[in-house]
Amino acid sequence: MIERVQDVIIETACRFLVPFIQLFALYVVAHGHYSPGGGFQGGCILGASFILICVAYDIEETKRRMTENLNTFYCSLGVIIFAGVGLVCVALGGNYLDYGVLHKIFPVDPAGARSLGILIIEIGVGFTVMAVMISIFLNVASKGKHEDELK
Amino acid sequence: MEYIISKYNYWIYIILMMIGFYAMIAKKNLVKKIVGLNIFQTAIILYFVSIGAKKGATLPIVVYDPANAAGHAIQAVLYVNPLPHVLMLTAIVVMVATFGVALAFIIRIYRQYGTVEEDDILARED
Amino acid sequence: MKLLGMMIVLIVGALLMYASEDMPGWGDPAAPASMHVSPRYIEMSEAETTVPNMVTAVLGDYRGYDTLGETAVIFTAGVCCVLLLRRYRK
Repeated sequence: MIERVQDVIIETACRFLVPFIQLFALYVVAHGHYSPGGGFQGGCILGASFILICVAYDIEETKRRMTENLNTFYCSLGVIIFAGVGLVCVALGGNYLDYGVLHKIFPVDPAGARSLGILIIEIGVGFTVMAVMISIFLNVASKGKHEDELK
Repeated sequence: MEYIISKYNYWIYIILMMIGFYAMIAKKNLVKKIVGLNIFQTAIILYFVSIGAKKGATLPIVVYDPANAAGHAIQAVLYVNPLPHVLMLTAIVVMVATFGVALAFIIRIYRQYGTVEEDDILARED
Repeated sequence: MKLLGMMIVLIVGALLMYASEDMPGWGDPAAPASMHVSPRYIEMSEAETTVPNMVTAVLGDYRGYDTLGETAVIFTAGVCCVLLLRRYRK
């Protein structure tokens, strides 16, 4: 169980840092094309920002910011985006996950369409990894009973 | 002697692997076994990534040189092999997933038996 | 038990060190891992995908199917943790 420690310095410092961590995570996801990064790395950093809230406050505050239903939705949203892009490529006439045929619906040439396809699936992977990191941490740290249901 | 010492980098990975392996088979606490599994997987990841290294090569990101305009071919010998890096990204994520599920199992075992020592669990089973 | 474990570890470690004599040297450009399909990925990834980062191009485009399986693996791990641990208040 995570007990709440009411310390002004820890709470203020963590609240100040969390938006910058999330912005950096979005930067890592978006710049996966040009620098080391990508979906998995950015998703882990996004999940770490919520785990920082959980460590500084307690589980109730984290669940107030990211409810359990929304977390479960993000878990499956990433896989749906990934598989959905593959199906869209099949519908447009190519093979499964063949991003070259995406130039029929986006105004780019076939090589740029592959870059666009990679960006879309990295966003999907980022969603799934973030949601699973938060979910695993909350379940293991609270041993299954999130505190607000004990009251 | 030089012929034996020239592969010293593989020896480092093997020593790390054996530390993890010893923790997995010789410790009695379940959490220590899982930590040993984690060390083992980390050693495997290091070993794979080092296979793709090339002497004098740079990162596997294409460098734009404004002096030479486009038209110069990319030489494969100048860039580090990207394939082990890709496979090990997958391996790291699998490592995290395995660790999470293993910790969930240990919590269930603790709820059922009241202890995480292997000897006490085996003694309590009968 | 610990002595038996230590002996097994030492024997396996010695066998692995003996087997590592056949491995390519550290940083050899002609190692078998860098010979068959890897030069093609390095040379053609910028031209075919306009993505400068070769690791992202291989992960997302050339080996995109493996990344789909990997996302399914981490999704399954999340579902497993919820199934094993979560207790709802009735």
